[in-house]
Amino acid sequence: MCLAIPALVKSIDGAMAQVEVGGVVRSVSILLTPEVKDGDYILLHTGYAISIIDKDEALKTLEMLQELIDLETNQV
Amino acid sequence: MKYIDEYRDTELGKNLIKRIAEISKRPVKLMEFCGGHTVSILKHGIRQLLPSSIEMLSGPGCPVCVTPVADIDKAIALARRPETIITTFGDMIRVPGSKSALQKEKADGADVRIVYSTRDAIEIARQNPLKSVVFIGVGFETTAPTVAASVMQAMNEGLTNYHILSLHKLCPPVMKALLLSHEINLDGIICPGHVCAITGARPFEFIAREHNIAAAISGFEPLDILLAVEMLVNQIESGRHAVENAYPRVVHEDGNRHAIDIMAEVFEPSSSCWRGIGVIPESGLRVKDKYRAFDAEKVFEIEQPVSKENPACICGDILRGVKGPYDCKLFGAACDPGHPVGPCMVSAEGTCSAYYLYGGENE
Repeated sequence: MCLAIPALVKSIDGAMAQVEVGGVVRSVSILLTPEVKDGDYILLHTGYAISIIDKDEALKTLEMLQELIDLETNQV
Repeated sequence: MKYIDEYRDTELGKNLIKRIAEISKRPVKLMEFCGGHTVSILKHGIRQLLPSSIEMLSGPGCPVCVTPVADIDKAIALARRPETIITTFGDMIRVPGSKSALQKEKADGADVRIVYSTRDAIEIARQNPLKSVVFIGVGFETTAPTVAASVMQAMNEGLTNYHILSLHKLCPPVMKALLLSHEINLDGIICPGHVCAITGARPFEFIAREHNIAAAISGFEPLDILLAVEMLVNQIESGRHAVENAYPRVVHEDGNRHAIDIMAEVFEPSSSCWRGIGVIPESGLRVKDKYRAFDAEKVFEIEQPVSKENPACICGDILRGVKGPYDCKLFGAACDPGHPVGPCMVSAEGTCSAYYLYGGENE
């Protein structure tokens, strides 16, 4: 029920945005994320953008995963 | 797809599991609260890959599963009203009520339509001005703001034939109830990432503060979940308790302020009955008086027959983490996704359905 997927914002028109998900473009409501901009990734849930994906945090998580694994590899 | 594929990297996953096995010293019980996590854990074989010291229990985080039979019966009663269109997310139509299901009502001629979004339900209301359109509002904090938004939209448009049956539920109160029951002694909880996208981490801090239990907010890709497990094991082994965020790309510190405000504009907390758990104070959302014209329970007289559940179904115990699907006599025999007896087998993210589809061998 809480399923939500990342989607790329292509254009914004008032409270609606065109977003791309896996090559498919669809219209979603950005009422819950009014600060969203073209080129942002949003989290799409039942036709609404419910969160704007933080690019820097996404990168940091991947770096952190790599660090954890390096830590592990160095220990072995 | 971006923000999905990177978090499914097999090599990173293998190494992360090695790391978890390395730091995990004592046996721990972790609960993944959310049905979406259960599905991902089983689908990606994480349960089998984790060291045997880590036991994963599934929690009550499936809104369809925790909707009591009485509320399903209410939706069915509404479907039987003349000139009424029921709109609902897909899973709900197959959940058995006391005697029927929305799917059966549809087969018998009721106008029951599956929608992807409340925006579709609003559109149906626009196109059918002479009929009452009722949206069955099921969901947690993730979904409730989208339903609230539809009510505000209907209000703004003067769409007087749009109504919702608010069966929404809130996650922190049920977690609190589970922890206070002491039926299961958990060492750590994986918190629901998309609920926290709305609420932020703060409403879940009581887990660590009041119950001394480790907590980590997780996304739904395998690396997200493994990172959360790593955080939990790390906390437990070092005697710390905190709510850590393994999903910061989506879960921001204060959650989504706009969504919280819209939810608070339309709804207010109310006591709510959870299947298998009972009535929990302040764990549901009812429509505020200001929006009563859109509240199906206020607008229509809903006949409420005495509800009854199938006594052999142990969904309730499974939702509390007390039993697992393999403990149920019906599982895979009288009950499967084609012929579900209880809601945990109906919903795509129900524990029984996930175990049936991806569970592998009963260990």
